[in-house]
Amino acid sequence: MHIVDGALSIPVLALGGVLTAIGVGIGLKRMDYDNLPQVGMLSAVFFIASYIHLPLGFTSVHLIMNGLIGIVLGWAAFPALFVALILQAVFFGFGGVLVLGVNTFNIAIPGLIMYAICYWGIRSGSSKRAAIWGAIGGAGAVAITSLLVAGALALSGDAFILVAKATLPAHVPVMLIEGFVSGAAVYLLHQVKPELLGVKAQPRLQEVR
Amino acid sequence: MSQLLDHSATSWRGQSLSHQDSVVDLLDPSLRVLAAFGFAFVLVLSQVFLPLITGLGVALLVAMLARLDLRRTFKRMLAMDLFMICLIFLLPFTTPGTPIWQGFGLSASWQGLEHGLMIALKANGVMLMLLALVGTLSPVVLAQSLAKLKVPEKLVHLMLFTLRYLDVINQEYARMRLAMRARAFVMGCNCHTWRTIGYLIGMLLIHSLERSERIFNAMKCRGYQGKLYLHHEMQWQRRDRLFVGLALFSLTILIGMNFIWK
Repeated sequence: MHIVDGALSIPVLALGGVLTAIGVGIGLKRMDYDNLPQVGMLSAVFFIASYIHLPLGFTSVHLIMNGLIGIVLGWAAFPALFVALILQAVFFGFGGVLVLGVNTFNIAIPGLIMYAICYWGIRSGSSKRAAIWGAIGGAGAVAITSLLVAGALALSGDAFILVAKATLPAHVPVMLIEGFVSGAAVYLLHQVKPELLGVKAQPRLQEVR
Repeated sequence: MSQLLDHSATSWRGQSLSHQDSVVDLLDPSLRVLAAFGFAFVLVLSQVFLPLITGLGVALLVAMLARLDLRRTFKRMLAMDLFMICLIFLLPFTTPGTPIWQGFGLSASWQGLEHGLMIALKANGVMLMLLALVGTLSPVVLAQSLAKLKVPEKLVHLMLFTLRYLDVINQEYARMRLAMRARAFVMGCNCHTWRTIGYLIGMLLIHSLERSERIFNAMKCRGYQGKLYLHHEMQWQRRDRLFVGLALFSLTILIGMNFIWK
């Protein structure tokens, strides 16, 4: 998922950097100081989620969760993911320095697109319907991310087109798993703490204590 | 704060081991960030082998000076290099040029091999320098040095909050996994695992969010108005000036090599 430094051509790096700067700018503008703890927390969840390795046949895949973060945060996902990627690059050596803009864009934009697509689905009254939209969001975000990674590679030179084509089928299993996990997470959030998804509190039956 | 990240490249087993101060730790943090950025810029833009190999050598030297844990660092580099190795193997076959090897209807070209090697050198050099100069900073100091470099204050505060919650969420995650293990949950490749992990992440969010609300209320109670005080006064010293000189000198040489070796 993380592209390393040196692989991409300079125009692609510059474009990624500019788009990420704009996205982070908009995200910061829309974010209140009161939201900071919440956004920081989701940024940390993204970080931890990339440590959760799920077994898949002989190998294992790690979660990305950019769909879930996009759905919960909207534009604020941009700065949240940017910060997490900086920390991953600096302290764990994932990715690179100049490629940070492209990597952030590849991860954050799919979350934002899924935020727009699933906006009403997630806010529906029924938890099951919200879970299905959550699953669509999770799987869709990974699909768009892999398309963007492939696009960034393919734009950097014809020699990369084979590699770019290979990234797409490699991400299909990740997409499926991510969809299931995001759907389940949205289901639980919808049941336990709907405010987090922006759902108005439903008039419920009196809880029995 | 954020023990998960502190000296993650210098100590081998967890972050409990203390990191011995090295020469690099004496330098000003913002300067180290700038130097790593400048180095990455020069290396990525280089087009010939000599500056790339020299750059990797310089990065190795700085890594030794910074007393990085070599085993840990190389493990990191190797994880990154798995992708690079795939690329180096594929590129010769996809780049047209003078063939070095032909067979099975395929032909590998020198140009492709050169391209692949260059990418590997650039990626490793940049990463090593980043881990040595910036990765040895304490994460909080990194955030504060970014503030000094005029990164928007909100972003810096966001980074500080992220660092704060990394530990909290990591502990929460470990606690919940322990509880799951106590109930004999074993990860497999099935729907049950995925749903359970989904619930785990959902619960993680809820627990941590409620905690963040409590923290936020406590902070407001103590007069938080959206401003954290960024301390850590900069003390411009002779060794910093020396470092700036040295960094500029070596970067100029690396840039110069590009033009001489055409």
